[in-house]
Amino acid sequence: MKTLNKEAKQKETAKTVKISGAEAVLNCLLAEGADLAFGYPGGAIMPVYDEIYKYREKFHHVLTRHEQGAIHAAQGFARVTGKPGIVFATSGPGATNLVTGIADAQIDSTPLVCITGQVASHLLGSDAFQETDIIGISTPVTKWNYQVTKASEIPEVIAKAFYIAKSGRPGPVLIDITKDAQFGELDFSYKKCEKIRSYRAIPKFDTKKVKEAATLINSAKKPFIVWGQGVIIGEAEQEFKNFIEKTNIPSACTGLGLSALDTAHPLNVGMVGMHGNYAPNVLTNSCDVLIAIGMRFDDRVTGNLETYAKQAKVIHLEIDPSEIDKNVKTDIAVLGSVKETLVDIMQYVNKGDHSEWMKEFDKLYQIEKETVIDDQLNPIKQGLTMGEVLSGINKETKGDAVIVTDVGQHQMFAWRYANFTKTRSNVTSGGLGTMGFALPAAIGAKLGVPNREVIAIIGDGGYQMTCNELGTILQTRAAVKIVVLNNGYLGMVRQWQELFFDKRYASTEMVSPDFVKLAESYDIEAQRVSSRGNLAQAIKTMVQSKESYFLEVVIEKEDNVFPMIPTGASVSDIRLS
Amino acid sequence: MEEIINFTFSVYTENNVGILNRLSAIFLKRHINIESMSVSKSEIENVHRFTFVVNIPEVLARKVAGQLEKQIEVIRAFYHTQDEIIYNETALFKISSEHLYDEKLQKKFKFRRAHILTITENYFVIEASGTKENIDKMYRKLKPYGLLQFVRSGRIAITRPKMAISELLQEFN
Ligand SMILES: Cc1ncc(C[n+]2csc(CCOP(=O)(O)OP(=O)(O)O)c2C)c(N)n1
Ligand SMILES: [Mg+2]
Repeated sequence: MKTLNKEAKQKETAKTVKISGAEAVLNCLLAEGADLAFGYPGGAIMPVYDEIYKYREKFHHVLTRHEQGAIHAAQGFARVTGKPGIVFATSGPGATNLVTGIADAQIDSTPLVCITGQVASHLLGSDAFQETDIIGISTPVTKWNYQVTKASEIPEVIAKAFYIAKSGRPGPVLIDITKDAQFGELDFSYKKCEKIRSYRAIPKFDTKKVKEAATLINSAKKPFIVWGQGVIIGEAEQEFKNFIEKTNIPSACTGLGLSALDTAHPLNVGMVGMHGNYAPNVLTNSCDVLIAIGMRFDDRVTGNLETYAKQAKVIHLEIDPSEIDKNVKTDIAVLGSVKETLVDIMQYVNKGDHSEWMKEFDKLYQIEKETVIDDQLNPIKQGLTMGEVLSGINKETKGDAVIVTDVGQHQMFAWRYANFTKTRSNVTSGGLGTMGFALPAAIGAKLGVPNREVIAIIGDGGYQMTCNELGTILQTRAAVKIVVLNNGYLGMVRQWQELFFDKRYASTEMVSPDFVKLAESYDIEAQRVSSRGNLAQAIKTMVQSKESYFLEVVIEKEDNVFPMIPTGASVSDIRLS
Repeated sequence: MEEIINFTFSVYTENNVGILNRLSAIFLKRHINIESMSVSKSEIENVHRFTFVVNIPEVLARKVAGQLEKQIEVIRAFYHTQDEIIYNETALFKISSEHLYDEKLQKKFKFRRAHILTITENYFVIEASGTKENIDKMYRKLKPYGLLQFVRSGRIAITRPKMAISELLQEFN
């Protein structure tokens, strides 16, 4: 089979071999360098699983406990490695269980290749057992999808799937393969896809625009950068750093942009957005030139658009033309890969000095520190805060760990207080805000970068959405560290109820099982901490463990995340309490 | 409020299963009602052309076009105002034959682009083509005679400005 793969990589003259569609699937994946998949078997995908069995020496399959777990694991894998995550599921319920993860990957630009089994082609449309129209269902949330009904289509379609998932602005693709196409035979040869005539992965680069942008940047008195995940996806971290260090422009990130630049970098002024830092949010409405790099002006970032950076000229570096002017009107749009643009722009931008302007950030940081941060990191109240857990983790990991977060208050605390020294270290569900994401995503991340420390930070609510994946840890022995920040509430929703619904806590109080016993029943060492005195040691034990470890921290019940931009408010009206 | 404008979208795509679903989903997710739609082959081999008519503000039209064009199998998406296109719609009216010799009715469909397509013992069929307004008018006039059936096509449109699809495809390759 090895020689077959080698040949497949060679041009069109590749020799062909007769194999089944199912075997072709595996050969295609191996030819793309993918040797790890996450999935769950069932009737309509059994021929493929039979090949997974036969190829088990060179192709690894992780059996999760639910298809949602499989796809989130694949997302975690993709986010830390930059490679497409591979997912297998059967037809019907197997396929529909993927939908949340597909939507999540689409909105967070995560490359995935999902392969679902489908009923035999002669049964399509007949409401056969476990038939669902997964193509119809997944169309609005995939970058591309395709139903294969003939074995002979498989190599070309999978080659296209990889190209589309990875190139340009990445995203999830779904290939639905009927059972007869899996059983059918084809003359196999594989050729990677390098272009599709109707698809331009990277828009045409226009040096003129780069020059215009540079001129505007050079003339700016109070320039301000907001960068997003585009810097990470475009592998432009170094170029980005070079650019800001030359121009000396204060830079803030979106939630998904975290970890592209060291937290401690002197030009890193924090995070923008609903629970971002005070200074960058407020000063968004004071800068004269706003330079958006690989970000899409999500409403969680901009607050009220009517009052967002109206005084500023806006420069937008972006790979996806449909993002230009979608939410914020730009003055100069520079289309293309961020990396290419940032390399090119270096010759036109002047060395800058914005120390006076930088002082405004420092001043507002002090206010945030005194009113919010100190309270979190050095609390005097009895109850534990989420912030101090994060800062304890920072101390033990030196900011080297991959932090995987679920959705809620703990996520915001993690974004705010986790330190990052390496890129691709913040794995989170940003655009969709999918509770249940973190545990399976952490498993996928750990399997993607086994040599890195991977710590999942999860709320008591979200944990119970996918804690069945402890079974996957049991089976794979993935050394994921799990921290559940237990406040006994669906905390983020409770916070909104407190602030905007007169404390009517409708269905947000949550009774939980004994999480320590639960972890132990999966053979995971576990500990619960409810007093400050035991926290540091517990974190140390967890980080030093070579195996998976579970730590529950009992948190002050009714703590809130601040600062906060209430919905509909302006970024500069961010509340400190 | 922004001004609502009647836009005609011309979307050039590959000829594959499922594209209509993908395109209509873009309108759906923005809660835009499609007034009419038609699909056919285009001037280029293996390239299909979708024509959608919608009433939306210009800013929205630009965003929708961007999102349509972003779909992998879409080659280009254009949108045009009525002034920029030459367009047509066709309608068929089926009417009971008792009215066939009604002079008043005869006069009504003598307008520029209507004629009788078929006459049988029981009914006759009038075909009319023109703008939406022409056909609406015709409809109002014929309605009193009791329409046995009425159907009207989606808009088809040719643009006055050039749409350089062939060149674009060249460039892609
Ligand atoms: C699947 C899903 N359902 C509902 C929500 C709405 N939601 C957002 S945050 C949140 C509360 C999360 O509670 P928990 O996991 O305990 O985290 P905490 O906010 O307490 O840290 C809820 C219900 C969501 N984001 N995802
Ligand atoms: Mg909670």
